[in-house]
Amino acid sequence: MAIRERLSGNEAVATAMKQINPDVVAAFPITPSTEVPQYFSQFVANGSVDTEFVAVESEHSAMSACVGASAAGARVMTATSANGLALMWEILYIAASSRLPIVMPVINRALSAPINIHNDHSDSMGARDSGWIQLYSEDNQEAYDNIIQAIRIAEHKDVQLPVMVCMDGFIVSHAVENIELLETEKVKEFVGERELEDYLLNAERPVSMGPLDLPPHYFEHKRQQAEAMKNAKKVILEIAEEYEKLTGRKYGLFEEYKMEDAEVAIVVLNSTAGTAKEVVDELRENGVKAGLIKLRVFRPFPVDELKEALKDLKAVAVMDKADSFSAAGGPVFTEIRAALYDVEDRPEIVSYIYGLGGRDVRVDDIKKVYDDLKEIVETGKVESVYNYLGVKE
Amino acid sequence: MSKEMIEIRWHGRGGQGAKTASLLLAEAAFSTGKYIQGFPEYGPERMGAPITAYNRISDEKIRIHSNIYEPDYVVVVDETLLKDVDVTAGLKKEGAVVINSAKNPEELRSLLNGYEGSIYTVDARTISMDTLGKYFPNTPMLGAIAKVTNIMEEEELFKAMEESFQHKFATKPEVIEGNMEALKRAYKEVKGSER
Repeated sequence: MAIRERLSGNEAVATAMKQINPDVVAAFPITPSTEVPQYFSQFVANGSVDTEFVAVESEHSAMSACVGASAAGARVMTATSANGLALMWEILYIAASSRLPIVMPVINRALSAPINIHNDHSDSMGARDSGWIQLYSEDNQEAYDNIIQAIRIAEHKDVQLPVMVCMDGFIVSHAVENIELLETEKVKEFVGERELEDYLLNAERPVSMGPLDLPPHYFEHKRQQAEAMKNAKKVILEIAEEYEKLTGRKYGLFEEYKMEDAEVAIVVLNSTAGTAKEVVDELRENGVKAGLIKLRVFRPFPVDELKEALKDLKAVAVMDKADSFSAAGGPVFTEIRAALYDVEDRPEIVSYIYGLGGRDVRVDDIKKVYDDLKEIVETGKVESVYNYLGVKE
Repeated sequence: MSKEMIEIRWHGRGGQGAKTASLLLAEAAFSTGKYIQGFPEYGPERMGAPITAYNRISDEKIRIHSNIYEPDYVVVVDETLLKDVDVTAGLKKEGAVVINSAKNPEELRSLLNGYEGSIYTVDARTISMDTLGKYFPNTPMLGAIAKVTNIMEEEELFKAMEESFQHKFATKPEVIEGNMEALKRAYKEVKGSER
């Protein structure tokens, strides 16, 4: 029987970590990090986990300690947010390239400057090329479920890559909502033990990790890393299926909401998807064939599956809570537009950058996007491809 | 949007516990089997600065994740906010505003920008001073809003809140009784000008 609870997003994630009981958590437990290491350090202090908690002096050190512990053979987790993630940058790449299955909740928040602690996706979107798998979560339940699945995804022998589990700062991290938890024994059984082939503390089979890798081999290692990311897609789906059997909750690469006969749709990540589903329901009541795609897995990017899901639409809006400053649309938009390149009669596609620095996303904002899509379908014309939603100008 | 959903907006000043009260109300509703949201709007966290917190309470899963612009109820934890903040902005006519004030409800209507719905007041200061010996208006306001919204039975509410207080004040159990008294008095003493 599932445990009915009410927890904030941060509490939900910390609870998942408690149930997983990792060998090592290295984290910087104050701002710009999150309440997650704070809660987790309490679990360590009161003995409800036997994790080695390493309180470090910076996020750069946090990820460095995670790399060392994971290479040594430990199951390792940490958590961060915003500028904390930015300070980890150099080591994010080292964790991924060294094929270390570290799992890290990322509480999505804006990057400075100007100083802003509120939600957007600039932090994790900036890390999209670091080689980490990225899972996004609509609410506390999905964040909790994704963390548990992430352990298995990261450690799978065909993957061996670190995973970020993203959720919206404040909107989810600090909001108390209902959640269903698994019993700790079930979580422990699901995640099992980390199975290792090579690790630094294995005296039987000594190995080096992270040495100098010059032109004769570096490229081959990158090619293997790319293959691992490709493999991750299949593994993510297999583990989701197993998790569904355990919980009844279904996960995929993305969620399709009322897409069967949709003519217009929004693609969006995280908590805005919930607000947008309300709008879809309302539009459907008024006869508008509206749908929604909520991307769960952004890395690896489900290019073929998205192409298939979007190809029959007349118009698509991709909403980005990050501006990559390419001056040509947000990061999710550019990749989705590229995914549709091969479609013969492809839908019109427009970009909306929204919600930066915690600007609230209202039902009316989402309605406006669907209205714009309807107009594109009716007139057959796209007035503006690159749009900013809810900004004062 | 579910028609059964109740949306509540709290206005207080930093340090008065409006955020805590919104979370406690969510917890009480949760204990009766409801779906809940309790979340603050984080601004500059200064003592005395106006702050806002929100509740959604529903029989169905709550998917919407925006702030609340057209609440069913508004709670004003600090009467002085009436001069600075448009507390009834978007408040539904068939809803109500509950204000911490020793005054009669109709005496405050002129400060509410033409709000036409029901007004309730409760003297949370006196109740708090009598029961806790200090000014903590949030527990009485919690009792008042629970009464006005009628989201749960009186006994259910008191039982749920006692459990919450036992959890929240685990390290200072001496304040539990006073808080329960504050809650019950406000529940009884809140008075309304109903429309």
